[in-house]
Amino acid sequence: MVNKTAYQRVQGARRKDKISTAELIHGLTTDFFELHGDRLEADDHALIGGVGLLNNRPITVVGIQKGADTDENIDRHFGSPTPQGYRKALRLMKQAEKFHRPILALVNTPGAWPDVESEYHGQGSAVAQCIIQGMQLKVPYISIIVGEGGSGGALALACGDRVLMFEDSIYSVLSPEGYASIMWKDSSKVQQAAEELGLTPESLLKDGIINQIIHEYKPGDDLSDLRDFLDQQFTELENLPMSELIEQRQRRFRNY
Amino acid sequence: MLQSRFKMPSHDELVKRMDAIPDHVLRECPICHAKFLSMRLGRDHTCPKCGYGFRILAKRRVKITFDKFTEIDQNVTVPDRYTDEKYRAKIAKAKKVTGLNESVLTGIGSLNKQQVAVGIMDPFWIMGSLGSATGEKITRLFELATRKDLPVVMFTSSGGARMQEGLHSLMQMAKVSSAVAEHSAAGLLYIVVLCDPTTGGVTASFAMDGDIILAEPHALVGFAGRRVIEQTIMQTPPKDFQSAETVMKHGFIDQIVKRSDMKKTLTQLLRLHTKENAYG
Repeated sequence: MVNKTAYQRVQGARRKDKISTAELIHGLTTDFFELHGDRLEADDHALIGGVGLLNNRPITVVGIQKGADTDENIDRHFGSPTPQGYRKALRLMKQAEKFHRPILALVNTPGAWPDVESEYHGQGSAVAQCIIQGMQLKVPYISIIVGEGGSGGALALACGDRVLMFEDSIYSVLSPEGYASIMWKDSSKVQQAAEELGLTPESLLKDGIINQIIHEYKPGDDLSDLRDFLDQQFTELENLPMSELIEQRQRRFRNY
Repeated sequence: MLQSRFKMPSHDELVKRMDAIPDHVLRECPICHAKFLSMRLGRDHTCPKCGYGFRILAKRRVKITFDKFTEIDQNVTVPDRYTDEKYRAKIAKAKKVTGLNESVLTGIGSLNKQQVAVGIMDPFWIMGSLGSATGEKITRLFELATRKDLPVVMFTSSGGARMQEGLHSLMQMAKVSSAVAEHSAAGLLYIVVLCDPTTGGVTASFAMDGDIILAEPHALVGFAGRRVIEQTIMQTPPKDFQSAETVMKHGFIDQIVKRSDMKKTLTQLLRLHTKENAYG
């Protein structure tokens, strides 16, 4: 793993040509079938999900997808889910539990979508439900921070048994720009902010917040080693008695 | 004739006279902008015109709400690993102003002889932000309540996760939620009282997890702050978009309760949930 500054990791996490959530799903699973909607009012395009086979094992995937160009970014509001998106994710995760399928969550978001409509539809409540119910799911649940892991909007999909991060990814309590503007009223101090936030995979691994760092893949790369690795992780988790699985998960968060 | 003797004082003269009134004598309500004599704030610290509950110290809230209260975990505080000088200075100031070692006061209280586990966030402790020790205290409160078969009443008032503690503060949202879930699975009651302001990571976790969610009049309740919305997506939110009344209209609050009625209301809700009367 190359040594990079925290700010270089921020840039890497936001890189335009980074492998996307949809590409990861395509490369990791076969027979993927996308499922839409929160069954209440809408289908949020920032949040994609469905069922597929990972080495012949049925899994549920939920993930946050950024747009490739401006039009797509507007449609997916830059990879920031609305409450409807989080409710769709939770619906699919509960469905996974019903069918005893493990869950893979792929996170790449600057944060939950900050607009007035999302406030009216209960953004806080939607994220809170993903967290509290996500932690109780009686199936193995692995999250990968693909690029940006922005605050509560990322945590909503990272309350499971393992949290992994790509080399060029970040996971933080708020954006380095936000931190700089609050701390020094100067958003140009992002580099210093990135350092102080401790948002790199290296520092989060050291802090015991994440379990492992995964090397980067480019779009179109063969993902079979990542697929095998996830397969093995799911097998390990599936071999635990249910009570032990839930207890380990709770202990993991209890220690913070 | 009279007019000339009692003419309206000049603007400058009025400003001078207003300035001569000591600051603590007059208060202005930040919601309805009514100006009134401080003494009219009363014991509950509410606006006499619109009922807005002014931000108050946790220690004051405990006095006006509960008959008895025994504090727990009072020495739990910010871990030593956070050494940043500016952060340390803020901590020292917060401790002095609030008399608390962290941004939440926890303990066992009683209301009309009914025991209840109580958590009160203090908006004057670095904006009631959720630090590692805040999360630890709230988690322990729920664990204790589960062991002792007690309901929990949580007064939230917070700017959200505490950025000085990085991702550890974010993790508190999950840690507390897990303890809330266990408490809930034991069939125990959790009441939230949303106080001004409840935002960010607190709204996105235990503030929205209550069986019953109450709010004080005009309290600000939301996830993303106004400035974040304005600066990130260049949208100007309407004036009251995050007032408790608006949030209730959208279905996320059970009832808005005036501070002067809080004790009575909580007592009633606890009584309605006593196990002796429950089915099965």
